[in-house]
Amino acid sequence: MNWSSVVGRRASGSAGAVNGSLAAGAGDDLETAPPPADEAANVAPVRDTVAAAAAAPLLSLKGVTKRFVTSRHDTTAIDDIDVEIRAGEFVCVVGPSGCGKSTLLNIVAGLDKATSGTITFDGKPLKGSSAERVVVFQDAALYPWLNVRANVEFGLKMKGIRGKERRKVADRYLELVNLTKFDKAFVHELSGGMKQRVQLARALAVEPRMLLMDEPFAALDAQTRDVLQAELQDIWLRTGATILFITHNVREAALLSDRVLVMTPGPGRIKAEINVPLQRPRDPDTHAVVDFAAEIRKQLQHDEYAVSKPEGGYVI
Amino acid sequence: MSSEIIAPSRESSGDRFFARLGGLAEKINPWLIFRVAVFYLGLLLIWEMLYRAEIWSPYLFPSPSEVWEELKQTTENDLLWKSIRATMERLAIGFTLAFVVGMIMGVACGTMKWVDQTLGTLVLGMQSLPSITWLPLAILWFGLSEKAIIFVVLMGSVFAIAISARDGVRNIPKLQRRAAQVFGASRWQTVRYVTLPGMLPSMAQGLKLGWSFSWRSLMAGELLFVSGGLGYLLQIGRDLNNMALVIAVMGVIVAIGLLFDRLIFGPLESWVANRWGLSHG
Repeated sequence: MNWSSVVGRRASGSAGAVNGSLAAGAGDDLETAPPPADEAANVAPVRDTVAAAAAAPLLSLKGVTKRFVTSRHDTTAIDDIDVEIRAGEFVCVVGPSGCGKSTLLNIVAGLDKATSGTITFDGKPLKGSSAERVVVFQDAALYPWLNVRANVEFGLKMKGIRGKERRKVADRYLELVNLTKFDKAFVHELSGGMKQRVQLARALAVEPRMLLMDEPFAALDAQTRDVLQAELQDIWLRTGATILFITHNVREAALLSDRVLVMTPGPGRIKAEINVPLQRPRDPDTHAVVDFAAEIRKQLQHDEYAVSKPEGGYVI
Repeated sequence: MSSEIIAPSRESSGDRFFARLGGLAEKINPWLIFRVAVFYLGLLLIWEMLYRAEIWSPYLFPSPSEVWEELKQTTENDLLWKSIRATMERLAIGFTLAFVVGMIMGVACGTMKWVDQTLGTLVLGMQSLPSITWLPLAILWFGLSEKAIIFVVLMGSVFAIAISARDGVRNIPKLQRRAAQVFGASRWQTVRYVTLPGMLPSMAQGLKLGWSFSWRSLMAGELLFVSGGLGYLLQIGRDLNNMALVIAVMGVIVAIGLLFDRLIFGPLESWVANRWGLSHG
């Protein structure tokens, strides 16, 4: 069931609106955290399709299915996925581990092929990987033999951009992620958070049409994650990038996204699409974000039990 | 370290320079020199005492000074230099060939599954063959020639190099190759900018291993049949019953081995360790 409501992105919509819009669909969750009425009034629910019609989607997946067939198993990783992402949108895909959200990202990145379904990017059928859709990976994707600057320049080098121009672009993005002083450091000298900033700079440097982030902050400690999330939000507001962000952290999804896609495991399907009409920049500690995260979690948990509940039921 | 919120202050390049100087000073601290000097002087002393005790006849057990004299003589009449040059030429040609062939085989095995399933198994099998066992075959194919000895040097190291090249390719994290793909790198670009540099840690060890195999098989080969070279000089020492020459040449062989280790493989390894952060644990 698709019950989402839409509010203009980077919206002026005020914080408490969360529960109001969620309640519209998640009827059984109504009893939790009633929204402050005065704030909820600012949000007008609109059908998803109305907003989608306003701008042609940058990325469009229709009936995308991925099956992994081996001699012993025939596993459907993701099943009949329909997604549309418009330019400038920040979309999070949330789901329990093993629900195929990374498979989805890999297909969009062109690293993996869908078994069936159509994918169009900017109106054209998506073919293989290209620097217009760049991935920020969770870990270990930087090159230890290159220093920070050379890592940031890597994508530009693959594009055949000359040294002088590369340096100029790299300077700009090193500054954007606050790593100017560390341009000559080697990868092993960086903390986990700094590594992810280098990855972000490396990805942004090629000016991709769409940034794909595969649980980029999952391996970081809580404090660093908070900083990186704030920085990413800031960078997104400044650059207007289009971001598809995979996470299993609902708080992260509530904090960062315009729209959250909730996936179910085995096979991965999109169960719910939740718009996040919260004002930006958002603060992870405000009630609005926390409450919204709770709502997303409820969707997720409800779903997890529904799908993976064993015959005898859980004993908790 | 990991709980840092804002980037921690990093030492400047100046600090690093002094840190490195400090490291060097640590390496050449007087106590260390003293200890090493005492150890080797002690060995020489024992040697000299054994010689003076005349347990073995002097022509079988020369004194350190006789060996030194012999070494001086062979350097003065150019025999030693000619031998070293002949040996080094063979090593250079054989090892370069082994490097090129081994890299090609190893990268092919590492990147293409079907090559690994075919050529890879052959390489693994061949690697267990002591390289000097190629000598009879080499002599039959190439006769008593330079080609035969170069062939032995090549066979001595090519498989070791191929295996470490293959492992080097295999050990590159998958995400690093995927990252290149994501940036639209071509197949060639991926090899040039990811595979080749990424296999360096494994190659640094593989080259060292390959070199030592080459070096050993070269000595064995020269000792057995080829004219010129350090192995041949050893053979002359044996034929002339010149034990001092034999020991002097052995010393030279050790010295060359150490020199290669310290000047080429040591720096290569420490460069890799430094870049990859392996030395810091």
